[in-house]
Amino acid sequence: MQTQVLIIGGGATGTGVARDLALRGVDSILVEKGDLNSGASGGNHGLLHSGGRYVSNDPEAARECKLEGDIIKKLMPQCVENTGGLFVAVEGDDSNFIADFPSFCVTCGVPCESITPEEARFLEPTLSAKIIAAYKVEDASIDPFRLTLLNMGQAVSMGSRLLRKTKVTGFDIRDKKIRNTRVMNVDTNEEFSIEAEQVVNCAGAWADQVCRLAGIGIQMQYSKGTLLVTNDRINYRIVNRLRRPSDADILVPGGTVSIIGTTSTPVEDPDAIYPTVEETDLIISEGSAMVPVLERSRFVRAYCGVRPLFGKSGGSDGRSVSRGFTLLDHSNENVENLTTITGGKLTTFRLMAEKTADNVCSKMSITAPCRTSIDPLPAADDSRWTEPGISPKKWMRSHQPDDIMICECEMVTKTVVDEIIDSLKSKNERPGLADIGHRSRLGKGACQGAFCGARALAYLYERGEFTWGEGLVEIGKFFQERWKGIHSILWGDQLIQAELMESIHCGLFDEELHTTLK
Amino acid sequence: MALPKSHNYDPAHVFDVMVIGSGIAGMAASLFAVDRKLSTVQAGSAGGTLFTSGLLDLISVYPIEEKKMWADPWEAIAALRNDESLHPYARISNDEIQSAFDEIISFLNSRGMKFRCERNRNLKIITSMGTVKYSYCVPESMWHGVEALEKRAPCCIVDFRGLKEFSARQIAATLHETWPDIRPFRVPFPGMEQRNEVHAAHLARALELSETRIALASEIKPAIGDARYVGFPAVLGIRRTPVIQAHLEKILGLPVFEIPMMPASVPGFRLKEIFDTELPLKGLLRLIDKRVDSVTRAENGNFLLNIGGEEQPQLIKARTVILASGRFMGKGLLSDRKGIYEPLFNLPLSQPSGRHAWHHEQFLNPAGHPINSAGVEVDDSFRPVDGTGRVIHENLYAAGSILAHQDWMRMKSGSGVAISTAYAAVNAIMRVIMDRSIRDTA
Repeated sequence: MQTQVLIIGGGATGTGVARDLALRGVDSILVEKGDLNSGASGGNHGLLHSGGRYVSNDPEAARECKLEGDIIKKLMPQCVENTGGLFVAVEGDDSNFIADFPSFCVTCGVPCESITPEEARFLEPTLSAKIIAAYKVEDASIDPFRLTLLNMGQAVSMGSRLLRKTKVTGFDIRDKKIRNTRVMNVDTNEEFSIEAEQVVNCAGAWADQVCRLAGIGIQMQYSKGTLLVTNDRINYRIVNRLRRPSDADILVPGGTVSIIGTTSTPVEDPDAIYPTVEETDLIISEGSAMVPVLERSRFVRAYCGVRPLFGKSGGSDGRSVSRGFTLLDHSNENVENLTTITGGKLTTFRLMAEKTADNVCSKMSITAPCRTSIDPLPAADDSRWTEPGISPKKWMRSHQPDDIMICECEMVTKTVVDEIIDSLKSKNERPGLADIGHRSRLGKGACQGAFCGARALAYLYERGEFTWGEGLVEIGKFFQERWKGIHSILWGDQLIQAELMESIHCGLFDEELHTTLK
Repeated sequence: MALPKSHNYDPAHVFDVMVIGSGIAGMAASLFAVDRKLSTVQAGSAGGTLFTSGLLDLISVYPIEEKKMWADPWEAIAALRNDESLHPYARISNDEIQSAFDEIISFLNSRGMKFRCERNRNLKIITSMGTVKYSYCVPESMWHGVEALEKRAPCCIVDFRGLKEFSARQIAATLHETWPDIRPFRVPFPGMEQRNEVHAAHLARALELSETRIALASEIKPAIGDARYVGFPAVLGIRRTPVIQAHLEKILGLPVFEIPMMPASVPGFRLKEIFDTELPLKGLLRLIDKRVDSVTRAENGNFLLNIGGEEQPQLIKARTVILASGRFMGKGLLSDRKGIYEPLFNLPLSQPSGRHAWHHEQFLNPAGHPINSAGVEVDDSFRPVDGTGRVIHENLYAAGSILAHQDWMRMKSGSGVAISTAYAAVNAIMRVIMDRSIRDTA
């Protein structure tokens, strides 16, 4: 395969680079070893920062957030719910920090309005009675899955190619240039190579692994952050704790749910991370200082991501490493056509993509300017099923008379599953059960997939997508994906559901005896 | 020991036994108690048996972490006893387990839901997921499926348009290597051709009518070819399954069988119907869909049970209680972030040290999740004990999945544990009553 630019990594940055290049008329191939957003781009709050979070310790990041937040709200509104946000302090929080916050905001150009605790509780009735100070800011919530799918969707519509489940295994470097990039399909183990003028490493927390394949060492730290999703939406606006960044101090509403997080724990390896029981308990006890109802809330899911932090210093939890991004041109390390972009955050993904594309284009003597700060992101339809609540709304509005409900908790219909399968197949991808789960609300409701997972599987056989015993492996993978998200929050109603799921799939169907663990 | 005069609620009556729970364990305990002429009352939610598949497992996997499967369940039980396991089977003899099965099966057989087992071996049966599993005792309606699988006979599996959780194609594809000669065949269900979605219980009711069966058979006949069996999802009627099966076999000219599928299952409805209607005829006071709200103990040791909530409060007096309230689904056990609880008697529980140790990181980890072996510990009479082995109340017994040291989902022992521990508990109660009456007579 040949292309002008090979992009490694299908998170917000990689797909943003693909779109940016496509708008400049540059051909690209994006390879992703897992699925889109399977790293930090999927494992975050879905918060479009106003910048308030960083005004005290990272003014540059705060300024970037303000500027980029404005661009995204204007040009990508279909991915944004413009909720607004609050910063609130509770009894015992640092009074100096509370008093200094407005001036920090002014310094960074981040709009901030002081309101009384009573006004804050009027706006957000679930706030604690122990609120002692509050400020209004311009935070918003953003759907990172929709964002990534739409960015990639536009790039693909302009000729870029996406290869999911495709892992880079090595580079053939001659005369200071990557001549060929060797890749492997992780499902089939099929190997092939891609010839590109430029290679861009957008592998996020895996960026150092990619660099190592080119014989380059970069210094990275990984910080794991865990978040919890509530069963109901409990706040209208983003609620931030008014203190230096710490555990469980942001509550982000989105669709029909709220998300509380995060923790920040250094980890050695960005793979094989999962939310733990200890983190879950910490998040609930910390978060309930701001919003006491969290102590009694039903949680439907826990998840985590790894923040890729560039550099080595930064305190015990990595919170003091800058959340700014780093662009590394590896010409200095004798690989002239490799560029790495790392660090950063979801809010600044567009800017990161722009700077990366600028660098790559200048190396190819392409002068076309960046358009992502001017052109609106087109709304395509491939991604709409990821938003909580939108599938029921859509079904209620216009369901086909012969449509069948596959997932009754989240109202995912046969038509939705068909569209996802067709969309995957049009990209030459084999539709797996976990892929459908990734692209829809399937398995994300109360039954945790116990019923709809089995129904979707039966339907995939009916469609002829599966033809032998692979369904047992597929449903095992599907449940494991769901399990990662629930195993730390299994008490009360969720434990009952988990028991029901196991009683059907192990007690009756013996699936644990038929699937081999990886 | 006198039976109550009527099924009407008499607040003054002191029952010999109160059974709490309406799953297999609660139903079995009620049957064993009324069979022994104990005056018995039973309460529990309505849905208890609906989550069963109809298969009555004894045990087929042990040790679970080795995924070791046993064709002979008694060998599995011997292995478990040999390891000094604390599993409930280690407190009951094989004869008692066998007698417990015999008694419940003979009751169900006499009420029109026939079962088959081969005493010394587990049966192999296919599920709607396309897996082959061991079970000990299967409904007669599934028996030809055991035969057909054993012979790998040419077989037609029928499914119905709109029955979302059952795909004959899936079963055929998944079983292809072990049983290549399965032909899937999809038909619209007679009389429901216009419906997009059909439900197992509705199909079962419709098949009670002979016209439906004749229409169905004529849909299927063209696809039979050289098939020697015809398999269906488990929807062959609720009350008259043997008649329905025999009629279908006659008009198709072939043996037919049902394939167990997801809850809420039709065989589960059959069990519920029989328990709901037949046990009261044997003298059981069955408080359908009533939960026990709270329990106190009178000075003489009798239990006073408050039932029916604020709207219809009832007070039941009972000399003994069998707690067969199940685990989390049945709300016999409750959980919060800090631990698990038994809400009615606040019984001490054997449980992992904290939530971090409840579940593995992999859902299908063969070792099974430790939380699923948590529960009530008992003595050899199935009376709950505390950590030191002291009996909590001398007239309180526990049976079924609430018991500790068993993981029924992974060992495939749900019905077996339910039936045999209910049997052991009722017999323990009988022994106490006999001793007392001998003492009284002397």
